[in-house]
Amino acid sequence: MADLAPAHRDAYLELTRRRRLYGGLLLIIFVAMMAAGFRLAESRNAGGFIDGLPMLLAFPSEVLAEAWQKRANLPGLIVAHLPSLIETLNIAAVSTILGGLIAMILALLSTRGLARWPRLTGVFRRLMDALRAMPEIVIALVLIYILGGGPVPAVAAISLHTAGALGKLFSEVAENADLKPVEGLASVGGRWSQQVWLGVLPQVAPNWLSYALMRFEINLRASAILGFVGSGGIGYDLKLAMQWGGGRYDEVVAIFLLLFAAIVTIDRISDHARSQLVKG
Amino acid sequence: MTDATLSPALTTAVLSRFNRRKLVALAVPLAIMTYLAYAAIAFDIAGLAGRARMDNAAVLLSDFWQHKTHVTRDNRSGALRVAIDGEAKGVYPPDRLPGWITHSGQSTRIDLGDGHIVTYDDAGARYQVPGYGLIDIRPENGRLHLTAPQPLPDWISASDNRVSVTTPSGRFAYTRTKVETLRYQPGWALFFFTLDSPFHYMNWPEIAASALWGPRLDPDMPNIAAMARDFWTNSMWRHGDVLWAMFETVLMAFLGTFGAALIALPLGFLAARNMMPFGPLRFMLRRIFDFIRGVDGLIWTIVLARAFGPGPMTGSLAILLTDTGSFGKLFSEALENIDEKQVEGIRSTGAGALQRARFGVIPQVTPVLLSQVLYFLESNTRGATVIGAIVGGGIGLLLTQAIQTQKDWEDVAYYVVLIVLMVMAMDSLSGWLRRRLIKG
Repeated sequence: MADLAPAHRDAYLELTRRRRLYGGLLLIIFVAMMAAGFRLAESRNAGGFIDGLPMLLAFPSEVLAEAWQKRANLPGLIVAHLPSLIETLNIAAVSTILGGLIAMILALLSTRGLARWPRLTGVFRRLMDALRAMPEIVIALVLIYILGGGPVPAVAAISLHTAGALGKLFSEVAENADLKPVEGLASVGGRWSQQVWLGVLPQVAPNWLSYALMRFEINLRASAILGFVGSGGIGYDLKLAMQWGGGRYDEVVAIFLLLFAAIVTIDRISDHARSQLVKG
Repeated sequence: MTDATLSPALTTAVLSRFNRRKLVALAVPLAIMTYLAYAAIAFDIAGLAGRARMDNAAVLLSDFWQHKTHVTRDNRSGALRVAIDGEAKGVYPPDRLPGWITHSGQSTRIDLGDGHIVTYDDAGARYQVPGYGLIDIRPENGRLHLTAPQPLPDWISASDNRVSVTTPSGRFAYTRTKVETLRYQPGWALFFFTLDSPFHYMNWPEIAASALWGPRLDPDMPNIAAMARDFWTNSMWRHGDVLWAMFETVLMAFLGTFGAALIALPLGFLAARNMMPFGPLRFMLRRIFDFIRGVDGLIWTIVLARAFGPGPMTGSLAILLTDTGSFGKLFSEALENIDEKQVEGIRSTGAGALQRARFGVIPQVTPVLLSQVLYFLESNTRGATVIGAIVGGGIGLLLTQAIQTQKDWEDVAYYVVLIVLMVMAMDSLSGWLRRRLIKG
């Protein structure tokens, strides 16, 4: 067995030492940044971290205690808020569908090899970047000013963001699609729409659908949050119940249970469906 | 070669499958259309047109890119006030009125451009509209007397107490107490310097000259420092506060994401099947992760805001808590998918569990984990805007405040531009880091 020459060994040890030094320095800088950032954030916060810790459980326990006292009301309240939950689910579903449709078009127009107008791929990519960068809350709040409250501003806001986010993922999938069916369809005189519909979509559909389902999970949470900030759906009910303060905490718990159950159920279903789609 | 003919049985089988495919291809779009139609009814799209406030939309769009200057005379005292957007912060000093207003004695002449001239004087006010004629208003015996070419067009509305004129060049209103003219001009007013700063009254070459070699306007500091101070403390746009808020938002995302990653890494080890032989602990941790993700950021944010009060720390803790659930799940899955051979190799040298993790597992999973963390950092930068709106911190708070006043739309436009730039910058930063760290 050949031993390493001493020179090589020294060089190797030196390299390891230097790597370890750099790694350690990087770690120290990172930890220092985290600590400084946290101190800064704490100094600009209304309440401090240590003072707040004991309070952390005070609010949930107050809410739960009151809800426990009025536990007889819970089933009725859950049923009463079911329409709001359905509205939130509808907002998430409609915006996933609309955003997904826009994303399909944008993705096909910005994928190399498939684009209808190859020169414009850059334009469509930047458009998707801009749609992705625009936070939902901005569009939602501006539209609430114009359209009044309700689900439509939330749908518009989430759809636009979804179009950007899914468009990027869709076009990554489409880039890996096999182009031979497209060429075959082109050689028999298929139009662009026919090439895409018959040559590309069957290949990418499982992956696209799986991404869309994942987006639906995200959009469900987003539509609950937008309801809380703006209006519409179960988030708005939660805000109203919270603003009331003590006395309506049973309602808060009922809404929370509904939201929790919906999120967990949909996560489970979509997890299962996605693993089926990608496998099958 | 002979012609290949399909047996009749195969033909029918293939055709029936074709037909089924066709049916499915038709049924899926049909189902989607049906659902959208149901949603349109559930969301009351038909009633939307009635509820929509198109006048609000017009105000919003015009405020996004232009500003208005109010030229107001108090008819009792005769005092003239020229103010941008009618705000106290934007009142022109009487000796430095803009060039299109000439004020001498009791007479004021306002040039709205394109030949539109408004004059205020002792007798009342006159508005010269090109192509129409002179609109003359005089108060007589406590009522307004209007003289204008008849019949009155619909852009003039007149009563005994109020006369208002709206033209493409501006708006004009005369009441018994005051007369006011609004001139619309493109651009965001006072974006760099407010009216109390000497630099407002200079043009760009003059500002450059004064910064480089001009005499000191403020004896205490060089001109360039005075410019920075005047810009930073601009009372109209509050650039200093806005940039602080942006920084707070990024800070929330940074602290939340990396804090969650640091907490989730050891927990991920404990929840991975191949790292943690003790089943019940694994099961418990997984259920905790599921619970945290299921409760959702919204609820956590509300609970934390109650305990810690509004501010950036609350926001970062909310992001931290929510992401700990997601990272715990993702990390433990990544750890379960590692290549066991490397761990085996380290084990053969007699390494303990900690050493196996450090040298056999961490190098394998680092790229995967890091890229996930960076993806979350990107999306949390956006999310921190919303969380800021709920907990009251960062740019999200400024944005919701500006929207709620329903008049500072130019501020809203400014914040939106900044937020989009911030998100794009974070996207490219994290993309760059991903490429560097994962390849190198």
